[in-house]
Amino acid sequence: MLKIKDLHASVEGKSILKGINLEVKAGEVHAIMGPNGAGKSTLASVVAGKEDYEVESGDIVLSDENLNELDAEERAHKGVFLSFQYPVEIPGVSVTNFIKTAINETRKAKGLEDMPAKDMLKLIREKSELLEIDRKFLSRSLNEGFSGGEKKRNEIFQMAMLEPKLAILDETDSGLDIDALRIVANGVNKLKSKDNAVVVITHYQRLLDYIVPDYVHVLYDGKIVKSGGKELAHELEEKGYDWIKEEVNA
Amino acid sequence: MSKYTEDDLREELKTKEYEYGFYTDLESETFPVGLNEDIVRAISKKKDEPQWMTDWRLEAFKIWKEMTEPEWANVNYKKPDFQSIAYYSAPTAVDPNKTLDDVDPDLLAMYKKLGISVDEQKKMNNIAMDIVVDSVSVATTFKKTLGEKGIIFMSISEAIKEHPELVKKYLGTVVPTKDNFYAALNSAVFSDGSFCYIPKGVKCPMELSTYFRINQAGTGQFERTLVIADQGSYVSYLEGCTAPSRDENQLHAAVVELIAMDDAEIKYSTVQNWFPGNAEGKGGVYNFVTKRGLCEKNAKISWTQVETGSAVTWKYPSCVLKGDNSVGEFYSIAVTNNYQQADTGTKMIHLGKNTKSTIISKGISAGKSQNSYRGLVQINSRAENARNFSQCDSLLMGNECGAHTFPYIEAKNKSAKIEHEATTSKIGEDQIFYCNQRGIDTEKAIALIVNGFSKEVLNKLPMEFAVEAQKLLEISLEGSVG
Repeated sequence: MLKIKDLHASVEGKSILKGINLEVKAGEVHAIMGPNGAGKSTLASVVAGKEDYEVESGDIVLSDENLNELDAEERAHKGVFLSFQYPVEIPGVSVTNFIKTAINETRKAKGLEDMPAKDMLKLIREKSELLEIDRKFLSRSLNEGFSGGEKKRNEIFQMAMLEPKLAILDETDSGLDIDALRIVANGVNKLKSKDNAVVVITHYQRLLDYIVPDYVHVLYDGKIVKSGGKELAHELEEKGYDWIKEEVNA
Repeated sequence: MSKYTEDDLREELKTKEYEYGFYTDLESETFPVGLNEDIVRAISKKKDEPQWMTDWRLEAFKIWKEMTEPEWANVNYKKPDFQSIAYYSAPTAVDPNKTLDDVDPDLLAMYKKLGISVDEQKKMNNIAMDIVVDSVSVATTFKKTLGEKGIIFMSISEAIKEHPELVKKYLGTVVPTKDNFYAALNSAVFSDGSFCYIPKGVKCPMELSTYFRINQAGTGQFERTLVIADQGSYVSYLEGCTAPSRDENQLHAAVVELIAMDDAEIKYSTVQNWFPGNAEGKGGVYNFVTKRGLCEKNAKISWTQVETGSAVTWKYPSCVLKGDNSVGEFYSIAVTNNYQQADTGTKMIHLGKNTKSTIISKGISAGKSQNSYRGLVQINSRAENARNFSQCDSLLMGNECGAHTFPYIEAKNKSAKIEHEATTSKIGEDQIFYCNQRGIDTEKAIALIVNGFSKEVLNKLPMEFAVEAQKLLEISLEGSVG
């Protein structure tokens, strides 16, 4: 589904990703772990198409289609979804209005008509029930005054509505207490299928107790320096990242 | 009560008997440039006005001559040379040879985006219209509906002749001739405008928009409006049209006076979209407007404005809350882009007891524009328990524009309660990227953010108007974030 080949990227002339190779197949969950500053969030932003980042070389391919030259919204139309570490506030725009706009813009890009209001409401009802979201929440301004947990649930709700092929969860566990973490992780698990793929970016192992990865990769200094199964996450939890650094630098 | 909409009108006109007779006297008479007593007299004569009106104009002219152009506003422009303007030009005539093909394609593209009907496009570009919507029959249809309720709605020129007692009694009572430089100028030379009287206890059954939009879109540069709501009556008045008017007139100085008698309510909504000048700041309209309403006991006046046009805007729709328990409201969205400058806000003058006012102002600045809110809340010594709530929010796009807030508060009564809130925010790249990531392109993202920001004010507009105003906001800000 997702193939990243020898990806080099920089921001303001500073090289951050230094040759990333990654292949994620449909139905798989991959975790990308690593110390602060390793380039985890940059990787997420680059895949999503954030303009500030310069792709110097390499390819990002989704379902055999090269994304390199596509704008962020076009990548979204192709099925890339990024759950943000810090979702932004948009005052005066309700969650419902926002997601309706997102869905209809995506449909427009595919040459489809707007989703009929009746179908939209039905979809909203289904997905909010699936994720146990109070529908009152949906009429509030996007992320305005939301708690950390509400913000992340809102991200997962949008993911549920947009049904992406590839979902990248950037530090979805940050700022969540254990109950919120469980709710968010349950949501992701319910949305997982054999047709989509999930990339979980996290600093800590605890989220991976709930969203169990098939593969774990360690990102350090802009490269994936180690890959393994879910045991690798436990090992990192126990030993920290220093031994990885030593291994790399040795 | 069901509202009478434009669609209803079209339906009605379709089923009406074919009325032949669209016929316009092509008149191209324009007065020589410059302003003096003779010109004022000539305007009055041309309009066949009674002597008292001529005298009133002359008095205003005398006052104007003694006044100087105000300079306190936060705007910078080359002062117009008042002696190089022609003060009367015959109502813009229809050119029988002109077709829509002769109109600037950019303008047509904009109309299309706004969903303006072809007939209206023609009207706005002085192109002869199809017989179905000729102004005479429209006027007749409306006048009949309104006439049954005793509502008077006509041009101020007609009103001067047909209802002199009302015009004489109220004209200049809310905005006195000597109020300010532009008001004095307007009083001397006003070209035309609207007059509206709602009798006691009557609720006007329709938004007074349709009529205005079809019939008054081409009113001159010195517009004069007088709206009188008698005791216990209600009227919602919509001014302007949402389509861009590429007016060649450099200077617009309008005066609007509202009078809400005991228990009456007036809702006055404006969408102003005069030519803002080009992207380099050349051209564009100077819009210097005086709008004020007087509230008697238990009366209420609401001003709602969406200001997206003009190169320079100087405008403060105000309320004089004279009667006890009267209410004044001001809801405003002012958008400036490129080199536009707007200095706009309101004055709430609390004279009566238990008077209440609300001010919600949303300023959106983009490009190299400057956007200022200027407001006065004045609580008089006898205004016991007066209340005011003001909220001024500014939204900035890019790094080269400016947003300014000048709130003045004068409270002379200790029981007054005044609240003022202000925020300034910027459309961030993060917000745009967030929207992009969800499949929403940058233009649409800006529109979404701006509409969210303006929502409290947009909600105050009548439905049909609100939708167009939203589109207008999008268009005004197109290309403002690269």
